[in-house]
Amino acid sequence: MIRFENVGLRYGMGPEILRDITLQIPERSFQFLSGPSGAGKTTLLRLLFLSLKPTRGLITVFGKDRARIPRSELPLLRRRIGVVFQDFRLLDHMTTYENVALPLRVRGREESSYRTDVTELLKWVGLGERMHVLPPVLSGGEKQRTAIARALIEQPEILLADEPTGNVDPQLARRLLRLFIELNRLGTAVVIATHDLGLMDQVDARRLILSGGRLDIYD
Amino acid sequence: MTDLSADHPKESSAGRVEVRERIQRRSAPIVPAGNIAGRALVLVIAIMTFLSCLTFGAVTLVRDTASVWENQISREATIQIKPADGLDMEAALATAAEIAAATPGVTGTRIVDRDATARLLEPWLGAGLDIEALPVPRLVIVTIDEVNPPDFTALRTALAGKLPTAGLDDHRTWVDRLVAMARTTVAIGIAVLALMLAATVLTVVFATRGAMAGNGHIIEVLHFVGAEARFIAREFRRHFLLTGMKGAAAGGAAAILVFIVFSWWSSRNMATPQADQATALFGHFAIGWAGYLGVFLMVLVIGVLTAATSHATVVAFLSDLDARQTDTG
Repeated sequence: MIRFENVGLRYGMGPEILRDITLQIPERSFQFLSGPSGAGKTTLLRLLFLSLKPTRGLITVFGKDRARIPRSELPLLRRRIGVVFQDFRLLDHMTTYENVALPLRVRGREESSYRTDVTELLKWVGLGERMHVLPPVLSGGEKQRTAIARALIEQPEILLADEPTGNVDPQLARRLLRLFIELNRLGTAVVIATHDLGLMDQVDARRLILSGGRLDIYD
Repeated sequence: MTDLSADHPKESSAGRVEVRERIQRRSAPIVPAGNIAGRALVLVIAIMTFLSCLTFGAVTLVRDTASVWENQISREATIQIKPADGLDMEAALATAAEIAAATPGVTGTRIVDRDATARLLEPWLGAGLDIEALPVPRLVIVTIDEVNPPDFTALRTALAGKLPTAGLDDHRTWVDRLVAMARTTVAIGIAVLALMLAATVLTVVFATRGAMAGNGHIIEVLHFVGAEARFIAREFRRHFLLTGMKGAAAGGAAAILVFIVFSWWSSRNMATPQADQATALFGHFAIGWAGYLGVFLMVLVIGVLTAATSHATVVAFLSDLDARQTDTG
């Protein structure tokens, strides 16, 4: 689905942060992206999410060469990729429900057409009772689940999550992990960036380990 | 399903109805309705519009007044007959009026009679003046066809032939002075208006950018959830068009209110010295339909300007997001 071939990236004139990355995210796959802090996990996720362009190498997204995708087409591709940001990026003036419905709203869909979907999804992530609450009132874990629900509402083909368990206790982390596994079982490819070894040990999944700008893959 | 959903047992049907009802309320706008910067923007726009409209009204007023002065004074000329020994003043006045009336371009003549002359002199010589006792010059007011004015030189020569003590004052000196003064005043007014409009434009642009600065995260989130640049720009444009119009309408309405109050005040105090003074200077204090149209246009322009600025800011922000990508790439 997404393929990297000898991808390198540097910020400005600085040193290369990522070097010779070659990887493939197949459909319906499940993988952890790990490595020490500052190893470039977030940068790699941003490359996957088309929010950065590589300095060199080839990235193919849904069969298209990243370098040849016109700017106007990027939003359409982004809709096929769900992202959970480390800092959630929820809009504080919108309720949980509205935040989750946002990706559908920006596509110009009528509220009546997605109301049930959003409600169902919110119940699925356990936020049925918190649907009409503004994010500042939510706990860290609830914000996390809202962000996840927003990433899932469009039924993306691939879900990228940046430290999705970074702000929650181990018990909730396990529950979120199960949520991702369930999602994967339903057909979405999942990439979870984390440096939580305990979390990774709970699932027998592919591991992408970044260190010193290089990527090692353990299948 | 995961055990996450198990944490929340199925809701009762009553609860479900309640939830549905709550969902059916109007959803929050994508751009939040009001924060401090937004309110400040409305206020700044209102104040700037108010001042611009006042300036515009003042310039309109001065321009109208200036043209009224000009017309009134150039509509008339005066024949002055100085008394001399053996001169029959009444006959001389009648002759002068006759000569003037016979000149092409004169539409009418009026002899200022004794009583009127006495009233003219009253402020200086006091009431109860016996006009016969003094060698007071008498006047004939000649009304002129503005479009086709008479030949003043010929009229002057004709008068001098019959009445050596008569003089013709065509007010040319005064008209020229007034015209020069009025034009200067209007020019200054237009310059002030131009400065005011420039200041308004800049203030509106900067205040909008200030209000937009707090919305960067919204643009970013919309961008990342796959919103097209067109969609984001449209949302912000709509929001800021409304904000701008709201502020501008408040400012414009306040300005119109000031005009109405002034014109009411001047009509109510018609006969008082203050009002006479104001009327002498400005005519009737009213800005007319052109003034109101100007205020309306101003409101529209400022609304559009605010929307355009927010649009430009969104586009710049988005291309900056993209530039960050290409910078590194």
